[in-house]
Amino acid sequence: MARVLGTSIKRREDPALITGRGKYTDDLKAEGLAHAVIVRSPYAHARIRGIDTSAAAALPGVLAVLTARDVAAAGIPGVVPVGWLLPDLVTPAHPMIAADTVRHVGDAVAVVVAEDRYLARDAADRVAVDYEPLDAVADVVAALEDGAPSVHEEAPGNVAFDWEIGEREPVDAAFASAAHTVELDLRNNRLIPHAIEPRAVLASYDSSTGEMTIHMTSQNPHVHRLLMTLASLGMPEHKVRIVAPEVGGGFGSKIHHYADEAIVGLCSMKLDRPVKWTATRTETNLTDAHGRDHSTRCALALDADGRITGLRVDTAAAMGAYLSTFAPAVPTYLYGTLMSGQYDIPAIHCHVTGVFTHTTPVDAYRGAGRPEATYVVERLMHLAGEATGLGPVEVRRRNFVSPDAFPYQTQVALAYDSGNYGPAMDRALEMIGYEDLRSQQASRRDNGAKQIGIGFSSYIEACGLAPSAVVGSLGAQAGQWESADVRVHPTASVTVYTGSSSHGQGHETTFSQIVADRLGIDPEAVEVIHGDTDLVQFGMGTYGSRSAAVGGSAIARSVDKIIEKGKKIAAHLLEASAEDLEYEDGSFRVAGSPDRSLGLGDVALQAYLAHNYPDDLEPGLSATSFYDPANFTYPFGTHVCVVEVDTETGSIELLRYAAVDDVGNVINPMIVDGQLHGGLAQGIGQALWENAVYDESGQLVSGSLMDYAVPKIHNLIPFELDRTTTPCPHNPLGVKGVGEAGAIASPAAVVNAVVDALAPFGISHIDMPLTPEKVWRAVNS
Amino acid sequence: MYPAQFDYRRAGSVDEALSLLQENEDAKLMAGGHSLIPMMKLRLAQPPVVIDIGRLNELKGISEAGGSVRVGSLTTHADIAASDVLAAHCPVLAEAAGHIGDAQVRNRGTIGGNIAHADPGSDIPPVLVLLGASVHLQSPSGTRSVAAGDFFQDLLMTDVGEDEILTHVDAPALGAGTGSAYLKFEHPASGYAVVGAAASVTVQGGRCTGAGLVVGGVSATPTAVDVSSLVGTDLSDDAIAAAASGLDAEDPIGDIFASGDYRVHVGKVYGKRALAAARDRA
Repeated sequence: MARVLGTSIKRREDPALITGRGKYTDDLKAEGLAHAVIVRSPYAHARIRGIDTSAAAALPGVLAVLTARDVAAAGIPGVVPVGWLLPDLVTPAHPMIAADTVRHVGDAVAVVVAEDRYLARDAADRVAVDYEPLDAVADVVAALEDGAPSVHEEAPGNVAFDWEIGEREPVDAAFASAAHTVELDLRNNRLIPHAIEPRAVLASYDSSTGEMTIHMTSQNPHVHRLLMTLASLGMPEHKVRIVAPEVGGGFGSKIHHYADEAIVGLCSMKLDRPVKWTATRTETNLTDAHGRDHSTRCALALDADGRITGLRVDTAAAMGAYLSTFAPAVPTYLYGTLMSGQYDIPAIHCHVTGVFTHTTPVDAYRGAGRPEATYVVERLMHLAGEATGLGPVEVRRRNFVSPDAFPYQTQVALAYDSGNYGPAMDRALEMIGYEDLRSQQASRRDNGAKQIGIGFSSYIEACGLAPSAVVGSLGAQAGQWESADVRVHPTASVTVYTGSSSHGQGHETTFSQIVADRLGIDPEAVEVIHGDTDLVQFGMGTYGSRSAAVGGSAIARSVDKIIEKGKKIAAHLLEASAEDLEYEDGSFRVAGSPDRSLGLGDVALQAYLAHNYPDDLEPGLSATSFYDPANFTYPFGTHVCVVEVDTETGSIELLRYAAVDDVGNVINPMIVDGQLHGGLAQGIGQALWENAVYDESGQLVSGSLMDYAVPKIHNLIPFELDRTTTPCPHNPLGVKGVGEAGAIASPAAVVNAVVDALAPFGISHIDMPLTPEKVWRAVNS
Repeated sequence: MYPAQFDYRRAGSVDEALSLLQENEDAKLMAGGHSLIPMMKLRLAQPPVVIDIGRLNELKGISEAGGSVRVGSLTTHADIAASDVLAAHCPVLAEAAGHIGDAQVRNRGTIGGNIAHADPGSDIPPVLVLLGASVHLQSPSGTRSVAAGDFFQDLLMTDVGEDEILTHVDAPALGAGTGSAYLKFEHPASGYAVVGAAASVTVQGGRCTGAGLVVGGVSATPTAVDVSSLVGTDLSDDAIAAAASGLDAEDPIGDIFASGDYRVHVGKVYGKRALAAARDRA
């Protein structure tokens, strides 16, 4: 049988999705369904003097109007917790519904439940909240200034945490003796995730059983169940079932536990009726955790040969008004630990201040810390190429970790398990036709308004989160294994129950490929079940490009256990020793006696009949694995972006984008390419268009799609993709992960290209997004 | 995104629509609904009654007669963009309509709804002003026409009276020897024009005999630029650049994407490029 790993079989998810038959949370109906609208603060910071709900409650069809008082009266914990603790982290309470103070526009102050959505919305307009507006601070730098408005009394100076990694003294010494130094002040712009499907929840409480079923937009239903029950609703975990039906994208925003889903759960408990809430696009932008929002000062020291001797990074990272689920980990352990990039850097120090601001909370968004780290390192490498005269290619090549140096211990905790960086860059240069491009660029230099630029980004990421013991020692309040239960049916078809819940990635297709390949059966004989805490044993979910490396490995382990058990059954039936049995192409064979064999179906049937069966073996043919990886995985690659900048208007046109990625073994090349396309769109979007802008009063002025520019297909160009393959050495599939690579690599490639185009104007940096006006002003300053 | 409660009435004729307008205070006419419905969903508009005129076939269609083209107010942007009549007689209008939104928007949105809404980033208004088009309105007391240059009064404000329906637009056909162009600097989020430059140039015997330039997006209403200095020239790049640099806006509009100063600058650049494109097509 031909191998199915590494083949682009079509996504089995798509027929339902593209014909509109997929059921998303908002599509679901329930007997007696009521609808919730959440009343939100229009102020970034205000004291609540009082709330008058009487006019709303009096509207016919309104079932309940709840405020913080009702949360307190319900006797539930009523908070939204943070799930990653750093040393000395300040953890102010985040109430489900604000009681006396609101801290960002969109903070929930009340909820209205009515017989239909329109009524609920009308009633929400009648909830009268008496606010005393207070001074607010939305900017991460301004929040650290003396006298800035305070977000939480518990956090003097708005500091949530003060964190560092690496050694300061060796870095100082490196700078003191450096032949070349480059430095940069940069902003990493705040982004709004913009999943196409807004967050939604349908909570159904049944007082007769004390059970609640919650259908919701979740990337990790078991994690949501734990946080929902433990910290918010105070229900026993086994009485709550969370189901993620079709989920229309998340990019991280559907990892986190939010107030809104808990509020709707409370409404259902109060009313003993199913209650649904679906965020409007405006609410999505105001409440989905945002991404990035750093202000960073960084510098690189190099010796006379252009070898890096030290890297210094100091970052202020916005947390927003409250600490979201994994927020403290993002600008620390997912950021500072990546500062070595692809390079052998002998001294690194990274200091990060977590900062409360009167804004929507910030948490993991596609790449989560790694795009920010890559941006720092790769912007500095561009400048280093200029300062040393080596240019962007040679300065990188000269500093790559050598292929024989793996495993490579960085100065910032991570140990890279494998890598081979030169070939990816060579291939990218070949694809793009580098020398020819440079001569085209030269011919334009003194000729006309349109300049060409070439930008590089040689990135590394750490994904496949992660060894549980490691993340636990760093503050995670959760393990980072993944589980898989693989069940072979008596007729030899297979059902997989995975804790890795898909929200658009194509898990059902790729996981079936893993099972089919290992068992030597048709992928169509494999069903994949995910996203339901009652069906799936347990799971940590889908984020951090972990599904293939961790979830897929758990499946592979379970398949291996099934094969081992099958060998015992087959040995019994064939009157052979289990040690002499081999499994290949769907058959158990006695080694050296090819005519003595049994198909998987024969063995599976006997496993369930158990009529002629080994005495010491339990019936059944299924296996559960909880796979805990030995290390992160380390995808890498080199991306090259070519742009044309119209210096008369500042407009940027993408001309070429070549990406050579090494994501290890590939399960489905089409899906891997698709993940790269999506990640590239988001990373290029960050570089050129996307920006969450707050005004000084803390209003989100880019709160709609009329002002916040997500990339559209006509803004982009065909991407030129290729791969090198360095398999992960420590998981059974040799896979690494690809979900975030595009978003991690591309911002630096784009900005480096634009800065390269504008070199004749003496421009060394422009902050993202590179809007035409910013570019034009830089050219004319 | 749930609008406030409203009544929906569908008009079967222009006369019925006019009566419904009279009977219902603060009622809003809806053609394609692409401006009104988003505002209602955000509750920025809360009309008690929506009068749907979208099926009035008498207000649809494109024709040419006696050197003038007529476009019914309910003609969709898609139909305008694809019109052979306009391609022959008023190509710049078709060109601009092809820049509006995406295919779905162009299939629903109408020229009448577009100009009655009068968004400063709309593509059609500067073209109508450039062409010297007239906008025709009907009310119970009769019909009247307004020059496009007078029709757009301020941000989202036009000369349409509360009892009036916009029925059609007439524009003089562009003659032989006239080239025209519409160039758009698109907002990456909204798709509206940050700047939209509409230009026309007439050339006879190698010399310019007439030229026009109107820029949208810079001010609340389309900004006409005096490019009469081009008449009599050979339309050199320098002459065109000098003429386009006459763009002036007293109170340019700005947002987080593009400031007023920058819009004026881009208006000059796009004005120059639009004039050059018009020259090359003349």
